Amino acid sequence: MTDVYLSGKYLGTVDEPQKFADALIQSRRAGQLSANVNVYYDREIDAVNVESLKGRLRRPLIVVKDGQPLLTADHIKRLQRNEMSWSDLIKQGVVEYLDAAEEENAYVAFFKRELTRQHTHLDIAPLAMFGLTTSLVPFTNYNSAQKVNTGSKNQKQAIGFYAANFPVRMDMDVNLLHYPQIPLVKTIMHDIVDYAKHPAGQNLVVAVMSYKGYNMEDAVVINRGSIECGLGRGSYYRPMVAEELRYSGGLVDEISVPEKDIKGYRSEHDYRFLEDDGIVYPEAQVAEGDVVIGKTSPPRFLSGMEEYSLSAETRRESSSAMQHGEAGVVDTVILTENAEGNRLIQVKLRDDRTPEVGDKFTSRHGQKGVIGLIVPHADMPFSASGIVPDILFSPHGIPTRMTMAHLIELVAGKTGALSGRYVDGSVFDSESEADIRKELLRLGFSDNGLETMYNGETGEAFSVRIYVGSIYYLRLKHMVANKIHSRARGPIQLLTRQPTEGRAKEGGLRLGEMEKDTFVAHGSSMLLKERFDSDKTTVPVCDNCGLIAVYDEYKKRAYCMVCSESETSFVELSYSFKLILDELKNLCIYPKLKLVNKY
Amino acid sequence: MADIPKEFEYLPQGVLSRVKGEAPASKLKAVLGKVSEEFNNMQVSPGESVGLVAAESIGEPSTQMTLNTFHFAGVAEMNITMGLPRIIEVLDGRKNITTPMMDIYLEKPYSQGQDIKKIALSIKETLLRDVASEITINLADSRIEVIPDDAKLAEIGMTKPGVVSALKGQIKGVSVDLRKEFISFRLKKKEEGVNAIFKMKEKIKTLVIKGVKGISQVLPVKRGNEFIIITAGTNLKKILQMPMVDVTRTVSNDIFEIEAVLGIEAARQAIINEVYKVIENQGLNVDIRHMMLVADTMCNSGVIRGITRYGTVKEKVSVLARASFETPIKHLIDASLHGETDYLNSVVENVMINQPVPVGTGMVKLAMKEEQKK
Repeated sequence: MTDVYLSGKYLGTVDEPQKFADALIQSRRAGQLSANVNVYYDREIDAVNVESLKGRLRRPLIVVKDGQPLLTADHIKRLQRNEMSWSDLIKQGVVEYLDAAEEENAYVAFFKRELTRQHTHLDIAPLAMFGLTTSLVPFTNYNSAQKVNTGSKNQKQAIGFYAANFPVRMDMDVNLLHYPQIPLVKTIMHDIVDYAKHPAGQNLVVAVMSYKGYNMEDAVVINRGSIECGLGRGSYYRPMVAEELRYSGGLVDEISVPEKDIKGYRSEHDYRFLEDDGIVYPEAQVAEGDVVIGKTSPPRFLSGMEEYSLSAETRRESSSAMQHGEAGVVDTVILTENAEGNRLIQVKLRDDRTPEVGDKFTSRHGQKGVIGLIVPHADMPFSASGIVPDILFSPHGIPTRMTMAHLIELVAGKTGALSGRYVDGSVFDSESEADIRKELLRLGFSDNGLETMYNGETGEAFSVRIYVGSIYYLRLKHMVANKIHSRARGPIQLLTRQPTEGRAKEGGLRLGEMEKDTFVAHGSSMLLKERFDSDKTTVPVCDNCGLIAVYDEYKKRAYCMVCSESETSFVELSYSFKLILDELKNLCIYPKLKLVNKY
Repeated sequence: MADIPKEFEYLPQGVLSRVKGEAPASKLKAVLGKVSEEFNNMQVSPGESVGLVAAESIGEPSTQMTLNTFHFAGVAEMNITMGLPRIIEVLDGRKNITTPMMDIYLEKPYSQGQDIKKIALSIKETLLRDVASEITINLADSRIEVIPDDAKLAEIGMTKPGVVSALKGQIKGVSVDLRKEFISFRLKKKEEGVNAIFKMKEKIKTLVIKGVKGISQVLPVKRGNEFIIITAGTNLKKILQMPMVDVTRTVSNDIFEIEAVLGIEAARQAIINEVYKVIENQGLNVDIRHMMLVADTMCNSGVIRGITRYGTVKEKVSVLARASFETPIKHLIDASLHGETDYLNSVVENVMINQPVPVGTGMVKLAMKEEQKK
């Protein structure tokens, strides 16, 4: 008597559990049961679990009968001729989905050649165990698992030809690679997903060598000549949006070139790119501070003096302008309206992103690094056949990371480039390294990928031979131009009078509590004081009541609001402390300052 | 120390006696000169922010500690809080620590393993309920009858009369007698009601018939080349009274107990030892003087104060310094109620008002003598 559970609930008992489970599976294959049902006979605890709920991870496998897969050549032919589809295979019981539990009862062969009579299933392809991006890593089975992961993650950040209709799209923050290439070393997944239609990298000539220390710590040295030929060149697109909002009282925003008498008028110079409709013209070269969409809004508060004054009708300036450090070319201007029916202006800005020092590159094996130096073509090392590498990759990145696929791809890419063909690097199913090397030897190159190379500056041959070949490199979206930031003087916060924080606000880097501790630990009190001087102010303090007094600019005199006739003294303190004193007053605490002469 | 030159008398006694013992008399002055130079070099400069450096030196390595408890290999249910939780427990000055325990060192013949198991068992606390097979209330005779389990008694090596004599005098106003089948407990005052008997029953259950109160587990182990007894639960006072215990080395990890039994200086040393033990156990390297400074600040008032807003921080003179450490509003309001004055003498206050902090370069002030007019 064996217990039977349906989706974890006890249902009843059966006498012959194996037969029962087999019968269920048979009826599923015959289409009498839903293909979503899985059956698992657990011999250890003697129970049959039938699962039909959602949320189980399942994978498709080819059913095997008597050592022969049910998927025949005829099936494949009909599939290719589009006479059959995947769902037909499932309906016919040729392919079925197993969940983790039912897999325990299955005996799955990896390849067709390994099939025996005991096998119950055949894997469709070894590739099926990976996801889409991971399948795009060639020679995956030669890499450490961790690097396979980072490699597939990096591919998601690569810039490429992301969509063919990019000119008419309004994407936020996208990059486009100008000259994408199809990888020389492919996997079947590249064909399956039509990678050739949206590639995201370039086949580069890589030499594994150091160069004056400029490629230490994962950096790469790049050939300026290659960049000038289009290596990694791309564009960065950013939209600017303005909307004509409607406010209560029939007031509306107006997109136009702002009049000079409005509140917050910038300067005529800033509006110079605007056409009569208040919007920039395409291909205008805009830079920091330039207005892209001119807009005015109605006054915020209609109250108090403004109501009676002559300038009551004054509108506010609310244009969209280029922010600090931004520049580019206006690509497209789109006039439309949004869901509420408000007029909507979208301007797409484009900017060149030529590779520069600090930009990030990676191969498909998690071997990422930033540009450490861009070397003139003439100074790059070259090989006997005159090949000048595009990238110099440091050999120190290899031993600890054990990315063997990176090295194999180098030779495979070299072979592919020389023989003019694509090399298959699919997981567990790739062309063999030995074959690739034999082919390379036949092409007249050393089979281990080594070549004698010459110093580009002196012309002398290097005393060691250099490992050169071709690797598919990806340019990642992390670029210096979007992240560079510095500040000497700049904006301050209104409330605390301390410097603003963050790149967008041209802010400084906070010297926080723990950083403060380091100064104290070193005993550098005066330096610490100087660092915290950013919100230094001088305020008059009443000698009588010890509260902060006020300074009358007209009479050039400080007086206490409480004591009026008392003497005051000027005290230097941080503005944030003045705020604390104000907050204490709000707590009904009287913070009296007792002044003593410092000297 | 008559032969020590006067200019070197300021050196610590320990240093002086070592120099005197090792240096030849003829070169005493030269050696002392060198020693004195070295001694002065090793001293902390005036204005060094020792407190902050101590805090960071303990705090930073603590962030790298693994938050695990240390397990006794092979012994069930004997794990001690170690790592960061233990450091926090010690420095916070918690009265109830999560795993109180003792290391009991023994005098000579026993430390070599003689009767070690017997001694260990005699320390372990056994309650009456542990040996009782039945506890019943006999309302007719208004007494409680406890029937001991003979097998369990034999296990701990006790007899029924032994149990009775151990129980006698433990609770006031109750007479204990051994009857044929059971031990009877009877209230001496006859007029007490039924309620009193029920209350007595609960008390009786937790009576100690053997061992030392509070010690729930014992474990004899070999440490180095002698046997010691590790216990779960502490009772330093009772253990130190036992004749076979080596009083000089036996320790508890309960700092408040050490303070009560041995005094504040012992507690200070215990804090240093306990913190240092954890840091060493984690394979970190922190100078012991940082722990000494922390222990000193915790103990210098004569009682143990944890480094919390109720402990050492509460004792700070400056209102702003207290407010900058947890519950600011409470401290500010209390200060205003008492009309406190902040003299801005320490670091935090001066950071807040942006004045030079009185450490390092901020301590130095220029003094100038005004020229007298003739």
